[in-house]
Amino acid sequence: MRPSAVRLLNVLVPIKRTIDYAVKIRVNPQQTGVDTNVKHSMNPFDEIAVEEAVRLREKLKDAVKSIKVITIGPPKASETLRTALAMGADAGIHVEVPEASPSPEPLGVAKALQAVIKREKEGVDLVILGKQAIDDDAGQTGQMLAGLMGWSQATFASKIVVDTEKKEASVTREIDGGLEEIRCRLPLVLTTDLRLNEPRYASLPNIMKAKKKPIEKLSASDLGVDLTPILETLKVTEPPKRTGGQKVESVDELVQKLKDAGITAVA
Amino acid sequence: MIRARGHRALVRQIRALHSTARCRRELFDPSTVERASDEVDVCIVGGGPAGLSAAIRLKQLEQEKGNEVRVVVLEKGSEIGSHILSGAVVEPRALNELLPSWKDHPDNPLTQPALHDHMRFLTPNKSFWMPHPPQMSNKGNYITSLSRFTAWLGSIAEEMGVEVYPGFAGAGLVYGEDGKSVRGVTTNEVGLDRQGRMKDAFEPGMEFRAKVTLVAEGAHGSLTKQLTKKFDLRKDCDPQTYGIGLKEVWRVDPSQYRPGEVMHLMGYPLDNKTYGGAFVYHMADGLVTMGLVIGLDYPNPYLSPYSELQRMKHHPYFQTLLSGDATRIAYGARTLNEGGLQSIPKLSFPGGALIGCSAGFVNVPKIKGTHNAMKTGMLAAEAAYDAVAKTSHESEEAADMTKYEETFKNSWVYEELKEVRNLRPSFNTPLGVFGGVMYSGLDTYILKGRVPWTFRNKQKVTDASHTKRASEVQPIKYPPFQPPLSTDLLTSLALTGTNHAEDQPIHLRVTKDGKEDLEVRRKHVERNVGEFAGLLGRACPAGVYEYVEDEEGAKTAGWGGKTLVINSQNCIHCKLCDIKVPTQDINWTVPEGGGGPKYTIT
Repeated sequence: MRPSAVRLLNVLVPIKRTIDYAVKIRVNPQQTGVDTNVKHSMNPFDEIAVEEAVRLREKLKDAVKSIKVITIGPPKASETLRTALAMGADAGIHVEVPEASPSPEPLGVAKALQAVIKREKEGVDLVILGKQAIDDDAGQTGQMLAGLMGWSQATFASKIVVDTEKKEASVTREIDGGLEEIRCRLPLVLTTDLRLNEPRYASLPNIMKAKKKPIEKLSASDLGVDLTPILETLKVTEPPKRTGGQKVESVDELVQKLKDAGITAVA
Repeated sequence: MIRARGHRALVRQIRALHSTARCRRELFDPSTVERASDEVDVCIVGGGPAGLSAAIRLKQLEQEKGNEVRVVVLEKGSEIGSHILSGAVVEPRALNELLPSWKDHPDNPLTQPALHDHMRFLTPNKSFWMPHPPQMSNKGNYITSLSRFTAWLGSIAEEMGVEVYPGFAGAGLVYGEDGKSVRGVTTNEVGLDRQGRMKDAFEPGMEFRAKVTLVAEGAHGSLTKQLTKKFDLRKDCDPQTYGIGLKEVWRVDPSQYRPGEVMHLMGYPLDNKTYGGAFVYHMADGLVTMGLVIGLDYPNPYLSPYSELQRMKHHPYFQTLLSGDATRIAYGARTLNEGGLQSIPKLSFPGGALIGCSAGFVNVPKIKGTHNAMKTGMLAAEAAYDAVAKTSHESEEAADMTKYEETFKNSWVYEELKEVRNLRPSFNTPLGVFGGVMYSGLDTYILKGRVPWTFRNKQKVTDASHTKRASEVQPIKYPPFQPPLSTDLLTSLALTGTNHAEDQPIHLRVTKDGKEDLEVRRKHVERNVGEFAGLLGRACPAGVYEYVEDEEGAKTAGWGGKTLVINSQNCIHCKLCDIKVPTQDINWTVPEGGGGPKYTIT
């Protein structure tokens, strides 16, 4: 007996092009930001997200209808999309922002994603994002998107099991005290944590195949979204250089030094 | 029957529990692996100036003459330019031929012309004016970051339809059935663990079957080594000799910035027995690129190129240059060829050719090799284009690239190298650097190489064999580092952005005469620590090699209570170890692609 028609899953994976994690960051001379003339790559947590989407397809097979990756960024971000396509995504969407414009903020990104999801004719059942981007460490986009869409959210996921028949997902989350297991109804916003999986390499044959996969180009105005930042960065500086510590000979000396520094005893 | 079913179910359960456990991983066997394969017309290993110039030239010929040619460039760096390090003052001679309208290109990085040339001699505390050979005049040349220049060439190549694949190293060669010709290249395997076993993410390297393979790996390339051995390409030439170039890029105080200034320095910190010198070039955007080149035939095993660079910065000349509001933004190192005309091997082999620094075309007195690398790339491309039309993948005869050798001999590259062929060898007499300077003065100002003699290295003395024993020399005492001007090695190393995935086979192999066992390791430690004061630990500009105290480990793999630790993750792909190790038992092989330094401004 054939099972009742299960709606096939459409997965959306937003990714971000960030400075490569191995590069040494430098504040630019104007102190307005970081020197971006360095190597960029896909945000490592987003790589985990793409990997999870591809693994879901490997596990659920035909139940996963499509995996789309989307990025909101400058023209060069299409290279990052190609890497995701080489890892196993089907198609890409590039919301292009001009090279010189400031990086979009989480709320702007969430609104753009909301607009894209509304546009998708087939709908979206699962959005898998990285838990945070390694350049701003904001960790807000997934949560904001879930709020805007009114969907369930499971963040900092370290294990995901999807049941397409029940339209539910069982997610293990990394929390301060340990692990928390929750059951969520689809449609669902997930954000990935480090222990979820180890991303695969984009192999050369797959990179060559990825060149033929479609990338749709959109602009913020096509989506009816304003990506102008609400926050203004006043100044960016490096953390103060560590000065050497001092060794003291006795407890009394330590107490005296603490007093000199203006630290008073409690109680 | 029931028992068998039960047993199978049990095995399946156990397998499910241990699906990624290390004990279940299989060892990788290169002879039985199945590779994805693709056919191309020309496969170029190395996305540097030579490789990209060849690629661009091929596509130009395709547009001119009509025969389509599929060109693939493989580059082990994560991006084009990531593994490129040089001074650099580029002579645009080859670029003018390759892309005559390059000046109109909006992104071209040749924005800072070289304006003034200077040469000075440094003593520990002072500096004196020195005359410089006419070859070192830089009128018409440009000061630029070669990494940026190469990235720009890469974008042009891609626009023209070249398939550029960064992140994939040319790891092995595909030979014809008779083993006498090269039919292509294989890329590196990914997903092997430290012991060489296949992880879940394992993918075998891909095979590119190419009618013509152009090897453009830069100085002392790994495939070049294999080819040299297989086809005996060095039968009739002198051994290649090398220098190590280490450099830093600083954003200097505006008061110290003199755009277009080209300064070369000799003397301190190097002694009369050590060939080398320093350079300081003022690039565009307030940046100064400065560094030190040391000939790898240096005799004293205590010499540490990194420490020489650091102590040089405390000379009054550099103290002033780097005073005020100065920040260091880059560091890196790479070996370069110094052998000149006498060390050029046979350039072609059945099915391919060597271009650029893989063969070795650096004009040492000019301290320039980029224009020669680009030109040889272009010449090889022209020969390859014709060869591709005449060959097929299945034919018995591999592509014949001998035309390239002819065109090379008739080119301005050959002429240039012929003129300066005696200069570098003239430093290898008992008169040391002094003798070299004197002869070079004579030759460059008056003789201009028009002499019947050519200084040869008939005894085939290599850089490694020039090294004296520790007992025969005085240890060098380096001053402690004084931040912010000079720092320790690991702080500088962080600026290279180098990294390699940790769980992969170590790409630096300790191997001698085909053997790679503990005995080889023991002998290596015994000779290097016992006789040569642990040279690699002092010489490597990335802190890869350490001879550490390890009583237990020394019993099996060490000597004298010490073992060799190879921190291969730090490697910046300079190749110094392979060249200089006195026991000649380090084989540099390619790691997983995409690792290594992430240079952008060097």
